[in-house]
Amino acid sequence: MSPALQRRLPLFATAAVLAALYVTAGLRYDNFFSARVAVDFFTDNAALGIAAVGMTLVIFSGGIDLSVGAVVGFTSIFVATLVEKHHVHPALAAVAALAVGTVLGAGMGALIHFFRQPAFLITLAGMFLMRGGAFWISTDSTGLAHPLLQRLSLWELPLTEKAALKMSALVLLALLALGGLLAHWTRFGRNLLALGGNESSAQLMGLPVGATRVAVYAFSGLCAALAGLALMLNSGSGNPRDGIGLELDAIAVVVIGGTLLSGGRGHMLGTLLGLLIFGVIQSAIRFDGSLDPAWTRLIIGALLLGFILLQRLLLRRLVRR
Amino acid sequence: MTAPLLTLSGLGKKFPGVVALDGVDFNVRAGEIHALLGENGAGKSTLIKVLTGVYEADVGSIRLAGQPISPASPKEAERLGLSTVYQEVNLVATLSVAENLCLGRQPGRFGLLNWPALRRHARAALARLGLELDVDAELGSLSVALQQMVAIARALDLQAKVLILDEPTASLDEKEVADLFAIMRRLRGEGLGIVFVTHFLDQVYAICDRITVLRNGTLVGEYATADLPRLALVGKMLGREIIAPEHSPLRATTAAGPVTAPILSARSLSRTGALHPLDLDLHAGEVLGLAGLLGSGRTETARLLFGLDRRDTGELQVKGQSARIRSPRDAIALGLALCSEDRKTEGILPNLSVRENLIIALQARQGAGRPLRRSEQEQLCGHYIRALRIKTPGPETPIRNLSGGNQQKVLLARWLATRPALIILDEPTRGIDIGAKAEIEQLIAQLRADGLAVLFISSELDEIVRNSTRAVVLREHRRVAEFSGDAITAPRLMQAMAGGHQSHE
Repeated sequence: MSPALQRRLPLFATAAVLAALYVTAGLRYDNFFSARVAVDFFTDNAALGIAAVGMTLVIFSGGIDLSVGAVVGFTSIFVATLVEKHHVHPALAAVAALAVGTVLGAGMGALIHFFRQPAFLITLAGMFLMRGGAFWISTDSTGLAHPLLQRLSLWELPLTEKAALKMSALVLLALLALGGLLAHWTRFGRNLLALGGNESSAQLMGLPVGATRVAVYAFSGLCAALAGLALMLNSGSGNPRDGIGLELDAIAVVVIGGTLLSGGRGHMLGTLLGLLIFGVIQSAIRFDGSLDPAWTRLIIGALLLGFILLQRLLLRRLVRR
Repeated sequence: MTAPLLTLSGLGKKFPGVVALDGVDFNVRAGEIHALLGENGAGKSTLIKVLTGVYEADVGSIRLAGQPISPASPKEAERLGLSTVYQEVNLVATLSVAENLCLGRQPGRFGLLNWPALRRHARAALARLGLELDVDAELGSLSVALQQMVAIARALDLQAKVLILDEPTASLDEKEVADLFAIMRRLRGEGLGIVFVTHFLDQVYAICDRITVLRNGTLVGEYATADLPRLALVGKMLGREIIAPEHSPLRATTAAGPVTAPILSARSLSRTGALHPLDLDLHAGEVLGLAGLLGSGRTETARLLFGLDRRDTGELQVKGQSARIRSPRDAIALGLALCSEDRKTEGILPNLSVRENLIIALQARQGAGRPLRRSEQEQLCGHYIRALRIKTPGPETPIRNLSGGNQQKVLLARWLATRPALIILDEPTRGIDIGAKAEIEQLIAQLRADGLAVLFISSELDEIVRNSTRAVVLREHRRVAEFSGDAITAPRLMQAMAGGHQSHE
């Protein structure tokens, strides 16, 4: 196997799993191979996917961000409350929410870097703060009545007769493209991988380790806030309970996508594939009707284990040489 | 003679309690390979860290091509033209060769990377060293030697004037060393000044033009390699006058061979990059001194015997029985004990008391299910405090409050409490005062008299001579000589350590 091919092995494994799942489901259920179903993979998982883009970059750097689910919940109730109760313009409220997410992320990144704290702990604290903040704003959900929000919530970009992309799915696709560009075509993205692969080497090579780390958590915070907006639009209401456990799903998507959880190796394309695997399983269970939704989690759990073991094997081969 | 490219004069650096560098001068000329040599604590690594901007010198000046410089960071040092390649490759194993060569200075425009240009650039950087590699291969999939060469290629990419190679050959095999030397010669031909740090004297004589020797933070001298015989070099590194080699035959007269079967015997024990196949027997009631320069494989031997590192080849027998030693637990169960050379990080548990430090090996051997009774612990502790004359306010004092010598005695007691048949002492007298040294030496004699087998590793020739009943000399990971009884003399040990044409091996 050529070295370049070998480096992409986890990615191929993910693609193979996705193809197998998709074809199996398509042969079993009528109409599964339709554009509408495929579009739903994106729409239904818009918030998860957007958060996973940020999570991918954080994991590239050898870090983790547990706060994203809480930021989603905070953003959702924060914007809905500002718009519906305090009559702030939706654009202003959205910008404020994105700023909160970004500043929180940058702050966590700075604490992690300058105080040499584990990312797990700092972002766990961030998670509690943001979830607490969400419930402090309101314990109940708030419906969206503002005309602009309603229009955005219902707006669709028609693709075929039956299939159309919602706003949230468009945001997801745009972010995936942006994330891929950042990860693979900029110094920032390569510095992230260097930092995750070997921090002291990155330092000795003169890479801007501190700035990179602060920036990646800020970006993840921004993605999480965007995910919150997407979820709010999809559901037509703001809810402080939005996004509970979303950070863990996002981590699963990234790892199933072949990105090394300890950092240093991965691909944004893998995250897209991981997200599609999520979508295929969910849709298949919905199509079946008799299967318990719990199967989504069970299959994801099994896949996660499988991919972690695959990475372990690949790593061991590397180390032995 | 050309003016030096790099001049360090009167360099001094103090750390709390230690003078690491004291008025050291060091000159590197363009187009030469210059060996920087010295034993432990000589100041080599401090000197390199000052050069690469990790430390700032307290006094002294550095001039590069006539201009005074004072690099404040590794990055600045590189920008000035001082590039360093370390023994552990400081690259990112999970990224490709091309990326490692270009990280931080990738070609591109509008903020986006130009991958084809990046690969071209990487191939060009490798071609300068005469290397042809798949630049898309993951760095971690290459051998350490190739990774090292990639690191050199990266270092040279920065318009380097001086290349510092800090023990690059420590884990390379002969073929790989030859390849590295070819590259070094090529670069010397291009007019680069190369500083080469190594423990292997053969390599010094194979490739270096000049040698600078440091000892205890001071400059011993700078010499042309051709003018400095090996034995004289070893003498300078160890700080000894050269005594004319004795006229007695070099091959030691073997004293009457021990009649007992060996307690431990190793056959063709080896590990890549650490030790060439080695045979060793240890008998009850003997102190086997293991001598050699830093990096000659002494500590590596101890670690392999004790199961700390996995051996590639070799058979071990304990008391005539084939022994399966794959971890220190196995070794301890078979009656082996190892007092490591690094007392602070591999020995003491600083916050625990003298008593707790002392009983821990015995307790570990018994298993957690059978705790030693407190009264037993106290009795044991009292016994060893008296027997080894450990100076401590009491058994409950945290061990970190004791002097180095007394800490060492507690560690010895820790292992003696397990009643070993064989004890390995790796530099037991390092960093302790003279009085305590004498006591440790007395204790070694006592252990021998009690019928233990002792493997005694020391950098100080006099200690080996005084304490050993038999001595084995290692050089460059190989056993090169053995002496016993009165044949163990400092000049002979030194000559064996120096090797080269004077060696009879």
